[in-house]
Amino acid sequence: MGRYVIRRLLQMIPVFIGSTFLIFFMVYALGDPVAALFGDRAPDPATAAQIRRDLHLNDSLGEQYLIYMRNIFTGDFGTAFNGQAVTSLMGSAFPVTIRLTLVAVVFEVVIGIALGVVTGLRRGRPVDTGVLLLTLVVISVPTFVTGYVLQYIFGVRLRWTAPSVSPSAPVGELLLPGLVLALVSLAYVTRLTRTSIAENTRADYVRTAVAKGLPQRRVIVRHLLRNSLIPVVTFIGTDIGALMGGAIVTERIFNIHGVGFQLYQGILRNNAPTVVGFVTILVLVFLIANLLVDLLYAVLDPRIRYA
Amino acid sequence: MPDAQDPLEPVDPHQAVAPAGGYGGGFDLAAADAQILEGPAGRAQDGGPLAKPRSLWSDAWHDLRRNPIFIVSALIILFLLFIVIWPQAITTQDPLKANLAMSQAGPSAGHPFGFDNQGRDVYTRVVYGARASVSVGLCATIGVVLAGSALGALAGYFGGWWDAVLSRISDIFFGIPVILGGLVFLSVVTNSTIWPVVGFMVLLGWPQVARIARGSVITARQNDYVLAARALGAGDSRLLLRHIAPNAVAPVIVVGTIALGTYIALEATLSYLGVGLRPPTVSWGIDISDASNQIRNAPHMLLWPAGALSLTVLAFIMLGDAVRDALDPKLR
Repeated sequence: MGRYVIRRLLQMIPVFIGSTFLIFFMVYALGDPVAALFGDRAPDPATAAQIRRDLHLNDSLGEQYLIYMRNIFTGDFGTAFNGQAVTSLMGSAFPVTIRLTLVAVVFEVVIGIALGVVTGLRRGRPVDTGVLLLTLVVISVPTFVTGYVLQYIFGVRLRWTAPSVSPSAPVGELLLPGLVLALVSLAYVTRLTRTSIAENTRADYVRTAVAKGLPQRRVIVRHLLRNSLIPVVTFIGTDIGALMGGAIVTERIFNIHGVGFQLYQGILRNNAPTVVGFVTILVLVFLIANLLVDLLYAVLDPRIRYA
Repeated sequence: MPDAQDPLEPVDPHQAVAPAGGYGGGFDLAAADAQILEGPAGRAQDGGPLAKPRSLWSDAWHDLRRNPIFIVSALIILFLLFIVIWPQAITTQDPLKANLAMSQAGPSAGHPFGFDNQGRDVYTRVVYGARASVSVGLCATIGVVLAGSALGALAGYFGGWWDAVLSRISDIFFGIPVILGGLVFLSVVTNSTIWPVVGFMVLLGWPQVARIARGSVITARQNDYVLAARALGAGDSRLLLRHIAPNAVAPVIVVGTIALGTYIALEATLSYLGVGLRPPTVSWGIDISDASNQIRNAPHMLLWPAGALSLTVLAFIMLGDAVRDALDPKLR
């Protein structure tokens, strides 16, 4: 196990360098950050030259990347367009997005697994067909459409919840955005649980558990569910990184000042430190989530052993 | 020793889902299910010893013709293709003609969906919007499938360092969340054609297909008929193209069909965020984005293009689902 973890961590290094360099390259090579700082006005040449020197923009791209990475490892992510340190933006944005992601994951787990178990146990019945079609519809409707429609219905028409989220983003206000963010993944969790449950209902250990007279509830929860949830858990684990990255649309609809909002601002203003910094953290979260999922997999399924 | 994570691969295609936030999810579903398809050559022939054994494809076609989901989605897609090629058949108006006096007006005679913010006919814009969506979806899928299956097949067939390098490169692309990548890559593009969007989708989409193609080529490579052909002196290219590819292509087709729907949704999302297609191109995503500020006054401006978009994506995803069921030997 230890050797496996070390090898996976080593494998993460080139991936981390590659993806951050790719983003770095795109942000720096394609736009002029100095011009972007000045908006519509033309910068004073001397000031522009000074800024270029301060930001190391005259160095080669490789050198710039090295300088940037060295700063990151000393905790210096640079400054955003408004002079705030990127780290302080992160400090305010990440807690919000993490809360939003957690709300979404709770929806996925509770509703997705419940629907999956119900349909998996009643395969081919009307409930099953109905839910399956519903998941297809949910997967097909883009997040920004469901977002606006649900915001209109629950926030504007019924007034059950605030249509947009206040800057402090308490969990109560994040319920609707969390549901919107979760919906597509929720449909996948339902389908995955359904397939997994349906496959395992015919397993020997389920028959044994029924034969020795266990009540149905116990068979389902202790025997069937426990074994069927392994792929679901891995899916949810990897999905956390995706949800944090995908929150950009949801955050825009509900005016949530999280990671997506800051990134969007950074991109609009061509502020490389904000964009590269946030994306670097997201890539890290994604890589670590993947690693944890693989390790979790071995814990959940004792048949898998890592050399 | 091969990678210790190999036993995990079949249940761990979910890495593929992550970049998309939502839409890449489609690949994941396809990927998870396509695993079942690997090695279609090993499936039993039905029809008994006397009946002429049907090929995988005629079997699949036999199933598909009886699947109501396939029929419905195929009809929707045929209709879409029809209005993509010939939009004038069902609307006589100009999608760009604006009449500000009619801004946000509701439905009226000759304008069943009403008018948008600029006073353009929503119905006509919905009809013309199919053009951008379907062409982006088709071009991106063709590009992704060609690039992904070629690279994946070579990696699966030759293995070794080529495989290792390709796997690491695809890991890098998996590590970039799709919508974020789209914002970064496309925000500097000023070209208003569909090609930057298509190019971006191919750039970030190929690893998903490559992973599937690699897996199914590895399975097909070990079959007896491949060894037999090699023993008879067939070269690499002949083995790959004549013997392995036909038996490894089914999972790629399934992933491609479902991906088509997700690319259409992704195009709309990018256009909604302002980095995808740009006016004057008529796109459902742009229209939805324009309408989203006015949802309280004039929800019809949002609901019609959103409905058309959702129906289109649904049709392609249902088609992919049906094709997967038909090609899946496990369900027989």
